[in-house]
Amino acid sequence: MISRDEVKHIAALARVGLDEKEIEKFSKDLSSILDWISELETVDVTGVEPTAHITGIVNRMREDKAHEFENKAGIVKLFPEEKNGYDKVKSVM
Amino acid sequence: MIRELHQKLINREITATELAEQYFAVIEKKDGDLNAYLTLTKELALEQAKKVDEKIARGEAIELLEGIPGGIKDLILLEGVRSTGGSKILDNYIAPYDATVVEKLREVGAVFLGKTNCDEFAMGSSGENSAYGQTKNPHDLTRVPGGTSSGSAAAMGAGMAAWTLGTDTGGSSRQPAAFCGVVGLKPTYGRISRYGVMAAASSLEQIGIITGSVEDAAIVLSAVSGRDRFDATTGDSFDKKFEDYLTGDVSGMKIGIIKEHLSGLREDVKKVMETVLEKYKKLGAEIVEIELPHNKYALPAYYIINFSEISSNLARYDGVKYGMRSDDKKETDLTDADFVEEKNLLETYLDTRQYNLGAEVKRRIMLGTYALSAGYYDAYYLRAQKVRTLIKQEFEKVLQEVDMVLTPTTPTPAFKIGENTNDPLQMYLEDIFTVTANILGVPAISVPAGTVPVDGKDLPIGFQLMGKWFDEENLLRAADAYERMLIDKK
Repeated sequence: MISRDEVKHIAALARVGLDEKEIEKFSKDLSSILDWISELETVDVTGVEPTAHITGIVNRMREDKAHEFENKAGIVKLFPEEKNGYDKVKSVM
Repeated sequence: MIRELHQKLINREITATELAEQYFAVIEKKDGDLNAYLTLTKELALEQAKKVDEKIARGEAIELLEGIPGGIKDLILLEGVRSTGGSKILDNYIAPYDATVVEKLREVGAVFLGKTNCDEFAMGSSGENSAYGQTKNPHDLTRVPGGTSSGSAAAMGAGMAAWTLGTDTGGSSRQPAAFCGVVGLKPTYGRISRYGVMAAASSLEQIGIITGSVEDAAIVLSAVSGRDRFDATTGDSFDKKFEDYLTGDVSGMKIGIIKEHLSGLREDVKKVMETVLEKYKKLGAEIVEIELPHNKYALPAYYIINFSEISSNLARYDGVKYGMRSDDKKETDLTDADFVEEKNLLETYLDTRQYNLGAEVKRRIMLGTYALSAGYYDAYYLRAQKVRTLIKQEFEKVLQEVDMVLTPTTPTPAFKIGENTNDPLQMYLEDIFTVTANILGVPAISVPAGTVPVDGKDLPIGFQLMGKWFDEENLLRAADAYERMLIDKK
């Protein structure tokens, strides 16, 4: 069972704000989904290597060279708050 | 269909402009009910069509896809056009560049009708998670079109495009294609570049192709596949034209079936599947019973990997660089600045994601964050990746005996809107037959298998073929042979 406190903790880690109703609902949902997933515990995986890349392609190299992006104005337009062509963000400290 | 339209264009029975106009007329008539398109790009389409018409007028040869109109899932970027991915958090997002697939389709002269509706950031199985309204099933407006490429499949099912692009993380192109009575192809992992596609679960997802026939899927695949320096997972490109491999010949081909898959089906669906197998036998293919004992773990393994990768990928939607930002000043009714305390960075993150992401997206971010958090990584994500290895080893062994594996695409035809919304787990179980191909990275295709009568309506269902890595040729050949047999009979 995932408690309300655990839900709040996970939400804080994930940077997702939740209201009381959502905390209640997610506590229930997460518990039942994690229960179902725990079926995997019955699989014997001793000595099995994890698969991170399924087709096995390794190290596609390319020249480490910067390319000019043609539509800088399009990127700047997307900034939630722009100042002098820069993306204005909240102070971190 | 694409080849026929191409013939009409070069025979000058119709102009590309007229063809595009025809599709927009159908969209105008039908899409009020269906809600398959989020944005129409009529100006762009007519401009593209005009270029093709000028080329034909000059007597120049045109490519198969040139002048052929299609739709693009809203998860895929089309420069200068709004791309929401079905999410409120990208409500104001205008794509600053083209996805590689879009660029490739531009190069061959395809015409873009618009952007299609989808479940938010490719999470869902019904279209119910779009922030922009439910897409309806063209065969029954009270039913879901499937998801997450809901709009792409519904548009094809309703004749509102000649081809569409979707994405497929766990069945998101095949399942809606099955529900809407059209073809849905998920190519091999790495066959098509995903550059310019909003990432959800990176180790699972591919661009999907939804079309009216297997040959059309092959034609679109030839145009968009290949290695891309912007997607390190892409395999080597070659000049193969997949449509050239569709000989109709499957004699001697070995098709594997999993007994438990078929025996557990409801009667009407089972009957349709049995007819499909009979047809393959008649075509000269051999049906072989196979076993994949670890396949029953594919679904839970799939969801752990899906949640985990989603929670990581979706961290980018934070209201800092682009998209919506929940800022106190815009939200509050208070006008006196003295009463409004400026939100700090953390509060802005929390509010931006709370108010602009949908319930399913939040649920998966939460589940993934939990699965990846300290102390749980080994038990969840790492274990799932190991189970993935076991399933892969089993499948490799099976592929020594058979050329491909046949399953139903879904256990049922399209379900009612609202039927599964209260139970997220029930919704996840919808993907039971489709996730294996994503876990494995193999190509898979859903082909219309027939219909079953439900509440006085004939609802389409599909069968699925899963093939070998980077062997779309044989997969498409087998799927196409089945379709040809039906056409020849008519």
